[in-house]
Amino acid sequence: MTGRSIPLYQLAHARSGDKGNRSNISVIAFRAEDFPLLLRELTVERVAEHFRFRNPGLIQRFVLPQIFAMNFVIDDVLDGGVNLSLNLDAHGKSLSYYLLAMEININNQ
Amino acid sequence: MSDIYRVACAAGFSGDRVDVAKPLVDELIKLGGPSCIIFESLAERTLALAQLERRQNESLGYEPLLAEMVEPILVDCIMNGIPIIGNFGAANPMAAAKCIAGIAKQKNLPNLRIAIVQGDDISAPEFRDLIEKSLSDEDLKLLSKSTLVSANVYLGAREIAESLSAGAQIVITGRVADPALTVGPLMMHFKKSWNDWNFLGAATMAGHLLECGAQVTGGYFADPGIKEVSNLANVGFPFIEFEENGNFCITKPVNSGGIVNRMTVTEQLLYELHDPAQYLTPDVIADISQVEIYEGELDKVSLSHIVGHERPPTLKANICIDGGWLAEAEISYAGHHADERAQLAAQIIQERLSDTLKLRIDFIGSSSIFSSDDGQGPKRITQKGFEDIRLRVAATHQTKAVANRVCREVTALYTCGPAGGGGVRTSIRSRLNTLVCYLPRESINTSFEFFSEI
Repeated sequence: MTGRSIPLYQLAHARSGDKGNRSNISVIAFRAEDFPLLLRELTVERVAEHFRFRNPGLIQRFVLPQIFAMNFVIDDVLDGGVNLSLNLDAHGKSLSYYLLAMEININNQ
Repeated sequence: MSDIYRVACAAGFSGDRVDVAKPLVDELIKLGGPSCIIFESLAERTLALAQLERRQNESLGYEPLLAEMVEPILVDCIMNGIPIIGNFGAANPMAAAKCIAGIAKQKNLPNLRIAIVQGDDISAPEFRDLIEKSLSDEDLKLLSKSTLVSANVYLGAREIAESLSAGAQIVITGRVADPALTVGPLMMHFKKSWNDWNFLGAATMAGHLLECGAQVTGGYFADPGIKEVSNLANVGFPFIEFEENGNFCITKPVNSGGIVNRMTVTEQLLYELHDPAQYLTPDVIADISQVEIYEGELDKVSLSHIVGHERPPTLKANICIDGGWLAEAEISYAGHHADERAQLAAQIIQERLSDTLKLRIDFIGSSSIFSSDDGQGPKRITQKGFEDIRLRVAATHQTKAVANRVCREVTALYTCGPAGGGGVRTSIRSRLNTLVCYLPRESINTSFEFFSEI
């Protein structure tokens, strides 16, 4: 394995939303043929690791293969959310771009 | 040609652009056929702010931009039989009705039929017991230590549909589930049963796509070189064309800016959604797990295979309570050693305040919004020769004077802090905290009435 990787933003686009202290981030493949790669690489475990510094709780991944999309629901990642967080971006609107920076291993295709 | 009903959305939040409704109404008239226009202007805490405003002045507490939203389209809508439906009543739908009736009078539109949907406001003392029984222990504790600002149930689409069937030309609501603004007119037009879950599911998701306005027509989407959107300054707002079988397409006025394609629609379809098979609303549990999305002609996208399941037995309510004071203060350091000087300033603030307040400190330009409140997160090392850091300090406290120490200490960095700090800005404002609970459907009485001047 040579470990060649590319950032997720070359393969997919994303949008974040919030409800309380829970963030959801949709990830949508630009090309249908890249979706299996995303399914393999963009796992709950890897997303948990990527967001570890924000102390996420339960992370769920919902998959919609027919529209090459997945939806990550990440609990407790918003420092209390719009009610309590001191973040300028208390909604976590920018988190989609943090996920898009993740490196995706493109070997073994 | 099959029976098509169009719903256009001219606002996605309180404070949205007010010049977008006219092009939508022009397009609806040009296309002909039955249609309506909706305004969604009530985010989670907008209503609590409106409630505070109403307490100051009994004639306020509705959407502040209401007149600017409705005035440009009122005559055209009434003359062409296009109902206007909005949750712009906020905390005072009756006063909103009075505002619209006043505009109508100026425009020589006598005796408009303005319906007001009621039942969402449960801030009165007689509901206190019901609310307290439904809150979690943790939230109950928060409520007992604070003051209730507003309490509202998310109502469904039924009263909207029934008021339209009774001839309403304008429907004003307070808190309703956002998609209800779309589900109501569709149920009125297609006369479906309230347990036609698949129809309700599809109508709900059509409403979900519309409810954030331009977020489905190219707004909140552009990324130069990757996701191009033309003429975003004049982005067109969306409308749907809904069919009797629950299939629908989403588009925008011809020649408006923005874009509607598979990508914009997919992003918005999943926006603020959790399990795609269970989108809970008062009217139905919508299910998009099998949804199909097709790009048709330019800026037109069709959706099908959306279904629904029986509605939940409870209604969601938002309880807004006083959340103390939020203080924020900023100062900039630029040029050589900007980051070092900003770090020193942060250290000084920590030494002065961390005994009293839990502080968040951002180094805008190096690390800010990705970081957690306790400062964990990625950092960009600033480039030598072009350094520009804005230090931001934030804290909350129940007592205003204590929170305000953030503003005072950051201001004091002018004379007592590191060299060359400039551009201090401070703000202190009251904060709201939202609690969520679920109430038995039977405990809430909903109705509509027609506004009359007397």
